Amino acid sequence: MMSKNLRIANSNFIDQTSRISFKFDGKILYGFKGDTLASALIANDIHLVGRSFKYHRPRGIMTCGSEEPNAIVQVGNDASMTEPNTRATEIELYEGLEASSQNCWPSVNFDIGSINNFFSPLIPAAFYYKTFMWPANFWKLYEYFIRKSAGLGKSPTQPDKDIYDHRYLHCDVLVIGGGISGIIAAKTAAKNNLNTVLIDDKNNLGGTTLFQQNECFKINNSYSNEWLKKEIETLDSIKNLTIKTRTTLAAYHSYNYLLARENLTDHLDLNEKKDKIRQRLWKIRAKKVIIATGAMERPLIFNNNDRPGIILSSSIKKYIDYYGVKCGQKISLFTNNDSAYETAISLSNSGVSINSVIDIRDKSNSLIVKQAEKLGIKIHWKHTVVNTNGYKKINSIEIMKLSDDGTAVVGKKIKDECDCLGISGGWTPRVHLFTQSGGKLKFRDVDNVFLPDKSELDQISIGSCNGDLELDEVIKNSVNSINKFLNVNNNDYKNLEIISSKEIDKKNIWLLPSDKPFGKTKPFLDFQNDSTANDIKLALREGFKSIEHVKRYTTTGMATDQGKLSNMHALGIVAETANLKMGELGTTTFRPPYTPLTFGAIVGRNVGKFFDITRRTPIHDWHVKCNAEFENVGQWKRAWYYPIENESMHEAVQRESKAARDSAGILDASTLGKIDIQGSDASEFLNRIYTNAWSKLEIGKCRYGLMLNEDGMVYDDGVTTRLGENHYIMTTTTGGAANVLGKLEDYLQTEWPELDVYLTSVTDHYATVSICGPNSKKILSKVIPDLNLSDKEFPHMSFKNALIDNIKCRVMRISFTGEHSYEINIQSSYGKSLWEKCFEAGKEFDITPYGTETMHLLRAEKGFIIAGQDTDGTMTPVDLQMDWIISKKKYDFIGKRSLYRSDTIRDDRKQLVGLLTDDPNEVLEEGAQIVLETKKQPIVMLGHVTSSYFSPNLNKSIALAVVKNGKKLKGQKMFVPMKNKTINVTITDTVFFDKENKRLNA
Amino acid sequence: MFLINCPYCGERDQSEFSAGGEAHIVRPKQPTELSDDKWAEFLFMRKNIKGVQLERWNHTHGCRKWFNMARDTSNDKIHAVYKMGEKPPIK
Ligand SMILES: [Zn+2]
Repeated sequence: MMSKNLRIANSNFIDQTSRISFKFDGKILYGFKGDTLASALIANDIHLVGRSFKYHRPRGIMTCGSEEPNAIVQVGNDASMTEPNTRATEIELYEGLEASSQNCWPSVNFDIGSINNFFSPLIPAAFYYKTFMWPANFWKLYEYFIRKSAGLGKSPTQPDKDIYDHRYLHCDVLVIGGGISGIIAAKTAAKNNLNTVLIDDKNNLGGTTLFQQNECFKINNSYSNEWLKKEIETLDSIKNLTIKTRTTLAAYHSYNYLLARENLTDHLDLNEKKDKIRQRLWKIRAKKVIIATGAMERPLIFNNNDRPGIILSSSIKKYIDYYGVKCGQKISLFTNNDSAYETAISLSNSGVSINSVIDIRDKSNSLIVKQAEKLGIKIHWKHTVVNTNGYKKINSIEIMKLSDDGTAVVGKKIKDECDCLGISGGWTPRVHLFTQSGGKLKFRDVDNVFLPDKSELDQISIGSCNGDLELDEVIKNSVNSINKFLNVNNNDYKNLEIISSKEIDKKNIWLLPSDKPFGKTKPFLDFQNDSTANDIKLALREGFKSIEHVKRYTTTGMATDQGKLSNMHALGIVAETANLKMGELGTTTFRPPYTPLTFGAIVGRNVGKFFDITRRTPIHDWHVKCNAEFENVGQWKRAWYYPIENESMHEAVQRESKAARDSAGILDASTLGKIDIQGSDASEFLNRIYTNAWSKLEIGKCRYGLMLNEDGMVYDDGVTTRLGENHYIMTTTTGGAANVLGKLEDYLQTEWPELDVYLTSVTDHYATVSICGPNSKKILSKVIPDLNLSDKEFPHMSFKNALIDNIKCRVMRISFTGEHSYEINIQSSYGKSLWEKCFEAGKEFDITPYGTETMHLLRAEKGFIIAGQDTDGTMTPVDLQMDWIISKKKYDFIGKRSLYRSDTIRDDRKQLVGLLTDDPNEVLEEGAQIVLETKKQPIVMLGHVTSSYFSPNLNKSIALAVVKNGKKLKGQKMFVPMKNKTINVTITDTVFFDKENKRLNA
Repeated sequence: MFLINCPYCGERDQSEFSAGGEAHIVRPKQPTELSDDKWAEFLFMRKNIKGVQLERWNHTHGCRKWFNMARDTSNDKIHAVYKMGEKPPIK
C-alpha cells in the first residue's frame, strides 16, 4: 500500500520551506522544522509505532504530549548516546534524527510476542507477579524470551559523552506553564516589580489557546489565539521576566524548592549538538509559585480502544491546527463532552471529512455544538462505540444506542468506516505538581475531577489545572487569584469582552458497555502496561481493596507514563465496582519526576573524577613516582604497597614488613586526623571524652586514648600529645577524623558549653612522616643533628619541637608497629622535601617505604586494634581486652555508665582474641566464621576473623578474631569452615610479636 | 528540601545542615547513680511524634553551630529555630 501524505498546506507553526530528513526504524523520511517526531510520522502516514507490553498488540500515537503511553521510542543508535523510553510526541524533529520502535521484536510489523494476544485469557492481571512465584527453574526458561520481547528499550553501553549542568535559581515568583493563565500571571508579577521566571516544557508559549481559532472563543472581538499572540509579543519588553521554554518542571519539593530540566540541544541538528551543554537542571528556590499546568484530556474506556488511529480528540486538533497534519482521511469522533466539537470544527475548516460524532450524552445545546451542527456534522446522541476493527490501523467502528441508565446497549448496531477515531472523556486537571508539593486534593462531583485544595506552601494553582475549563472562567478567575496572591491590583484584564462556549450537559461512564459480555471485551486502561478494566475488576474480586494495592497488582499506572492518562478511570471503575464514592476513595500520590529525567541531568557535572573529592597527601607524587599502588581510605588516596618490578602484593608486603623490623621503614601518615585542642579546660575536656585520665599528663608527653560512644562501644582511637599547659594535639583514625571533630563539637556546644575549649581541624595543615625500625634513631639524628635522642631525654611517648633547615616541626616518639619509631609533623608544603630528606638519610640503612597494608600487618603482629576493622560498633574496651585503659578513678566519661549495663557485663560477649592456624602456612580469610562444632547441625557460629596476615617476622600465619567468651578460651581448639575444607585453629593471646615491648627502646 | 533559618547565618538550603535527633535530652550529670533502666531511657528512648517536634540541627557546611528547631513532622513546617540553651519558643 502506498503511504499517503497527510500534510495540509497551511500552518503558522511549521516552516514548510525547511525540510528535515530523519530515520524511523531504518527508513528515511521527511518532515519540517517545527514538527515533533510524532507529527512527522503521522504526516508520513505512519501510525503503528510500538507494541503493548504484555499482549504485544499494535499501538499507535495516541496523544501529542508528555502523557503519551504508546509512542515510546529509542533515539540514536550510538553506543554512548542512544536513549530509550523517549516520547515521540515530545521529540522535536532535527536533521539526522534516528529513532526506532521499542517493545517489539523482531520488528514492529512482525512481532513474536503478539502471540500473547491470542492467549490473553491465560495472561490475566498480575500474570508477571504470579510468574515470578513459580519455581526458579521455570523462570530461567521464560526470562530470555520475556526480556527480549518485552524490551523496555536498550540502555547505552558506553559512557554518555554529553555535557550536563546544574545551576541554582532564586526568584520572587515562579510561574509553571506558559498557557494563557500562566502568561497573565507572569506579566502581572513582573510588571509589579517581582523578579519572575516563567517556564514551559514546549518550544513556545501559548498552550492550547495558541491555536484556538474558533468563533465560539473570542476576546475583545478577536479570536482567542490572536489576542494571546499579542500578549505574548509584549512579553519581550517586560523587565524582571525570564522565560525558559523547553524546560520541564520535574519535581516540586517543600519550601518551594523545585527542580526543572532545561533541554538545550535536543532539538538541534545532529552536527550542531556537539560540545554544547545538552541539559541543565535548575535548582529553583522561589518565594512564590504559581502553578498553571493546564489539564489533559481523558480517553474513553470501551472495547478495543487501543488500536492505532485511536487518538485523543484534542491531539487530533493540535495535529491539524498546529502541525498541519491530519490524523486520517475519514475521521470519527467519540465523546462525552463539548470539547470534541472544537476538533470537529477545526477538521471541517481544514477540509477533512468527518464521518460523525458519537456522543454518549442525550443532548448538548452549547454554542460550539450548535456551530458544529451548522457545519452539517452528523451527531449520534446517546450512542457509544461497542467495538473497533482493523489490526495495524483502525478501519471501522461499531456503534450502538445506550440504555437509559447507561449500563447496556440497545437497538441495532451501526457500522461506520473510518481510518481515525478521536476520543474525548473529559478533562483531568494536571494536579501532579500540586500533590508533589504536599498539597491536599478535593473532589468535584459534577465533572469528576480532583482539584487543589489546601497547601502549606506559598503557592496557587490557576487556570484549568485549578478546574477552570472554560475560557472566560480561566481568565476571570486567574486574574482574581493572581491579584490576591501577589497582593497587587492589575487592571489590564478587567474589562475584557469574552465570548466562550459553555458546557452545560455533562455525563460520564467510566467503563462503557458493549454488546459483548464483560470479560469478552478488551477495554484498555493502562495502554503502556496493557491492563484492562477486566484486570481491575479481577483484582477487586481477588480481594484487593486499596487503590494503591490494585494499582500494583494490575500494574495500572506503573509504566514510564505513570498512568497519566487513565488514573481517573482506574479510580472510577474501582469506586463503581466497590460501590464507593470517588471522593472517598482518595487518589494516588504522584511522585517526582513528573516526566522521566536522564541520569545525566541528575548527576550533572559530578561524573568521573568529579564524582567525589579526592584527597592526596603532600607526598603523593613521590608515591606515584615509586610505583605505589593506592588504597582508598575515605576520600584519601593512601599508598598501599610499593611493588618492585614484578612483585605481587603479597611479595611486596612481606618484603616491606621484614625490612621495617630488620632495619628501617618509612610511612606517609599524613592522612591521620589531627585536631588542635586549646583552652583552659582542655585537660578536663579530654578527661571527659577519653576513657583514661589526662590531667596528669606532663607537657611534652603523648598518650594513647580510646574514645567511646555513650553506649560504651569503641568509637575511635589515637595518640594525643600535650604541647603546652592548655594546648593538645589529638590524632584520630584517617576515616574517623571528620566524625570525631563533629562529635567533640557537639558535646562542647550542647552538653558542656561552660568548658573553655576550642577545636580546630589541622589534618591538612601538617604532613606526617613516620620512620620506624631499629635504625630509625640513627636516621633521625642525621635529619635533625642537634636533637638529643637519648632514651632519657626523648623517651617513648614523648614529643619535642625541632627545627629542620630552620623549618619548625614537631617530633613525636610514638609507635604503631612496636618498633622504635618517630613521627615528624611539618607544615604540609614541606612534607615532600622532608620525606625525601629522611629517605636520603635512610639510604645507607636501606630504608624501605611501606604502605598501609604493611602497617596493618605490623600492628597485627603486635595485637594493636584498628577501630573499624577489629571493632564494628559493638565492641567495648573490655571486649577488646583493653581493661587497662579504663580509668577507675574518673567519676565520668563518655560511655562509662554503659560499661556496666546488664548487656555489657555479660561474659558471653564476643571478645578479641588471637588465632593461630595449626598449619602455619594457612592464612585465614577475614570475615570467616569460627565454630566449635562442625558435625552437629545447626552449626553455632561463635565469632569471626577480623584481621589476618602471613607474618614474615614470625614466619607463620596470624589472625585477630572476635569470639564469644574468647577471653576464657585461650588454648581452645576451634574450626573455621570454608567452602572446600575446614581449617583447624587455636585461640591465643592477641600479641604475637615482642610481647615484652623490648623493641620500643631498642 | 527545607529552607532553614540558621540562628547565626540566616536562611540556607537544607543541604548545608544535618539533623541530630530529638532536642532537650540532657545528659545526666551523675550517670553512675542511675539504674540500668534510667540510663537506657537516656541512651535509647526517643519520641517519634506526628506534629511539632523539637529537634537538634547542625549547620554542618556553614558555621558548624548546633541549634534547635521546632518542626511539624506531618508537613515539615518549621515553626521556630532557637539557640542551644534557649527555651523552646512554643510548647
Ligand atoms: Zn550557620
